[in-house]
Amino acid sequence: MIDFVGKRQWFFLISGILVVIAIVSLVISQIQIKSPLRLGTDFTGGTSMILQFSPADSPEVSWRDFQSQLREEMAKLGYDEARIQDAGEGNFIIHVREITSKDARELAEKLGAELDSQVEITDYYLVSGTVAAKTARNAVIAVIIAAVAMMLYIVWAFRRMPSPFRWGTCAVIALIHDVFIIVGIFSILGWLAGVAIDALFITGLLAVVGYSINNTVVVFDRIRENVSRHIRPNFAETVNDSLVETLGRCLNTALTTFFVLLALFLFGGATIHYFVLVLLFGVIIGTYSSVCISSQLLVVWEKKEWGALLPFTKRPA
Amino acid sequence: MFGFALWSIVPLDRNVFGREGLRLGLDLKGGSYLVYQADVSDIEPEYRDEIMEGVKGVIERRIDALGITEPIIQLQKREGEYNIVIQLPGIADIEKAKEMVGLFTLLEFREQDAAGNWTAAKGTVNGEELTLTSRYFKENTYVTVNQLGSPLLIFEWDETGKELSPQITSRLIGKQLAIYLGDEPLRGEDGRPIAPVVQETIRDRGQIEGLSLVDAQELSRLLNAGRIDVPLGRWVDGAFEPSVPLYERTVDATLGADSIRKSIMAAVIGIVLLVIFMLVYYRLLGLVACLSLGIYGVMLLSIFKLWPVAPITLTLPGVAGFILSLGMAVDANVLIFERTKEELRGGRSLGAAVEAGFNRAWTAIRDSNITTFIACFILIWLGGGLGALMVKGFAQTLLIGVALSMFTAIVVTRTFLRLIIGSQVVKNLAAYGVTSVTSEARNLK
Repeated sequence: MIDFVGKRQWFFLISGILVVIAIVSLVISQIQIKSPLRLGTDFTGGTSMILQFSPADSPEVSWRDFQSQLREEMAKLGYDEARIQDAGEGNFIIHVREITSKDARELAEKLGAELDSQVEITDYYLVSGTVAAKTARNAVIAVIIAAVAMMLYIVWAFRRMPSPFRWGTCAVIALIHDVFIIVGIFSILGWLAGVAIDALFITGLLAVVGYSINNTVVVFDRIRENVSRHIRPNFAETVNDSLVETLGRCLNTALTTFFVLLALFLFGGATIHYFVLVLLFGVIIGTYSSVCISSQLLVVWEKKEWGALLPFTKRPA
Repeated sequence: MFGFALWSIVPLDRNVFGREGLRLGLDLKGGSYLVYQADVSDIEPEYRDEIMEGVKGVIERRIDALGITEPIIQLQKREGEYNIVIQLPGIADIEKAKEMVGLFTLLEFREQDAAGNWTAAKGTVNGEELTLTSRYFKENTYVTVNQLGSPLLIFEWDETGKELSPQITSRLIGKQLAIYLGDEPLRGEDGRPIAPVVQETIRDRGQIEGLSLVDAQELSRLLNAGRIDVPLGRWVDGAFEPSVPLYERTVDATLGADSIRKSIMAAVIGIVLLVIFMLVYYRLLGLVACLSLGIYGVMLLSIFKLWPVAPITLTLPGVAGFILSLGMAVDANVLIFERTKEELRGGRSLGAAVEAGFNRAWTAIRDSNITTFIACFILIWLGGGLGALMVKGFAQTLLIGVALSMFTAIVVTRTFLRLIIGSQVVKNLAAYGVTSVTSEARNLK
């Protein structure tokens, strides 16, 4: 039988390192781009649009060169702050300050003339700064409410167990762990690759929160059942049994979800690319945390081993 | 049980005949989405609700006049602010639509000149020539019914109206006074212009008879809305910018079609991977899961189409939610199967193992899915905010998807399994992914 519980210090170490990396990245990002995450149009306000170019010499064109030309032209026209993303097949996602749809059309025409290309605005999107501020506020509120609601729910669902509050807390710590790591990943993507987060990022994050807790509850449910059947006298062994028993289900569900998401990520189009990426990371981290973090925390709490969370620290005999 | 299974499949037919009945969001079929804030600072608070309803009605008429099919105009009241949400599907002249939205919602009264053309009904007040408009109504226009039960619209003029009205109505007795919104006559529900015949000189107050109840109420709203200019635009740092939307999105129809094509491709590939995995790993049980997944997908689509409360608009993130829910729908099946396999390894008979698998897995399925529900509810609640138009679509589809997946796992999968076991066709445990009781136990060690 696999011994998960015995390796818990290693899991905590790995997670600790990941969380530290996430925090470091947030700090680096704060220094480099004045914000812990690169914020997209939804949170800053402004205009973003997808421009579809069909250059006259289209078969030979190198889109990488085209993108740098596009950047130069944008700068010449006074949009040096523009962020340009290549979305494939001649589509470029462009984020600029707020411009009206009329101005956007003029801009597109000028770009088309300079770059000798047909150009079409296929997606125009304007968000006012005031809405953006509200959206950002709502996003933070949503994540906090979700965490509290999940905790209350678990406390309620495990109300017949001794100290239900403990179960809720462990699940929420795992949840915060997941959120931190995903935010960290996107923070790194933000200052390294210019990936910005939008309202869909928050949506994905909340879906991940739901998914991760979903997994945790399945494991907890089994622990609850095994505790009440009194098969093993030792809580740590009961937890380990439960983990081994639910492992098949956890991995299989993660895999099936992973498959459909992977298909969506690879073939689903640029608009929801990063949204699906959040979900993909979420499935992996959510599964990991319910097996390796939340249940292990229960064991630590039961044993009161807070001094020995990480390897190389002495475990009380 | 058979009937139950059959009943679950029934929506299949409905679906085959009307798949195009699915409502697609603007990001999938192309179109524009605009949100404006209303400047209601000039309106007394108690009249705001009604006047904003009127403004919405006026915009509906203007957009209709542009020939845009199936526009959706919504009024949202949030934290004391009024927002007008406009959805214009298909290819639309967005600049023209924006112009129309920005106009003052004034109703104008017109009379017929000698040549039969409708021209503005004018009078003179303090030496100034003025057209009779909705501006000169008091705020207390209302609809009632007379003794015979037919609707009456009662109105009162303000100071200027009191001077204008007698001049105009006295010369129009026995003739029609038409009501115009922009250059279009206001039409009733029967499509004919609303143009009451003047019976007598109207001085302070008057009434309009002969309207249907719906028309009377609509006209009353429009008159109230047309009393005060309600600029639409947005607030920026406490200052109002008229005619600039708070939020605007226009998606080209070709991009939408492209998104649909890509989503379908992703869904197909995802499902194929899923089916292969389930068949290889769970064999017969996997086949059962795939069958019930098929039923699940069909039912989910038909729910989107036939949702009784309000039809669900499928947006691109909504499609992602749908595909994700397919992946997650397998979860309940997996929970049950893993449990059933455990029971089989424990040496139970097939029938007993299946029943025990269902019963034991149920608490886990229920408790775990409730957490996804909580996340979805929070998204729907907070995502209703403006910036997150797409958020709601995702949360809705995921919520419905997860709820339905619980149902299909418990009802459909169970029915299939009982049928297979009842018919005693397959007794070999290997078909259920359990190679042999002992070797499985050894694998676990």
